[in-house]
Amino acid sequence: MTTQTALALTAEAREHLTALAESAYPNEACGALIGRRNEAGSSIHEVASAENLNRERAHDRYELNPVDLLKSEERAASTGAEVLGIWHTHPDHPAIPSETDRLAAWEGWSYIIVSVLEGRCDSIRSWRLVEDAFIEEMIQS
Amino acid sequence: MTQATIRIPTPLRTFTNGASQLQVEASTVREALQAAGAEHEELLARILDDAGELRTFVNLFVGSKNISQLEGLDTPVAKDDVLSILPAVAGGIR
Repeated sequence: MTTQTALALTAEAREHLTALAESAYPNEACGALIGRRNEAGSSIHEVASAENLNRERAHDRYELNPVDLLKSEERAASTGAEVLGIWHTHPDHPAIPSETDRLAAWEGWSYIIVSVLEGRCDSIRSWRLVEDAFIEEMIQS
Repeated sequence: MTQATIRIPTPLRTFTNGASQLQVEASTVREALQAAGAEHEELLARILDDAGELRTFVNLFVGSKNISQLEGLDTPVAKDDVLSILPAVAGGIR
């Protein structure tokens, strides 16, 4: 896995993401990344929260409520922005995509993973699926 | 037949020449998808399987309602309805 692309994340969005990730611990949290694309790449200015429908295995799995994704799509479209990716957390686990993540991923989106260790945000990394494999993209703040 | 809008999520815009929405004439969700597929064949292949049914990892909404809670692909489309194609999103540590 190599760093080939970049994703801009505003300080406010990073702060909100961290708060959402820590508040969900020890369960996995998830949501949409809303932003805009330009010549330099993607820029995320809003981190939306979504319900994790996988309640039986919320500690190590997530299933994003599609109703929440629809709301994020509608909010983004109303402001000329786009849903450019998905975020989720890995409680007490590195911010590296699992095979489960890979199998469910879509090309064209950014996937931010937040590692939360003992309730505190440890690292935030972003990945993109390219030809069935994840590559890491650098996060710029 | 009536005019409806299909919203295309970012991962599928590769198959619509970058368009974020398409205008179609249709009476049902199935007809709307087929109308979109007539111009964007690869798009349709990512939404429907070989049997013409909705793929597992795709959700379809008419307005704010998931078609799985309506009449599926046979759900009627009314004038100015908005159909949203949404990738199913899941994953986790294990």
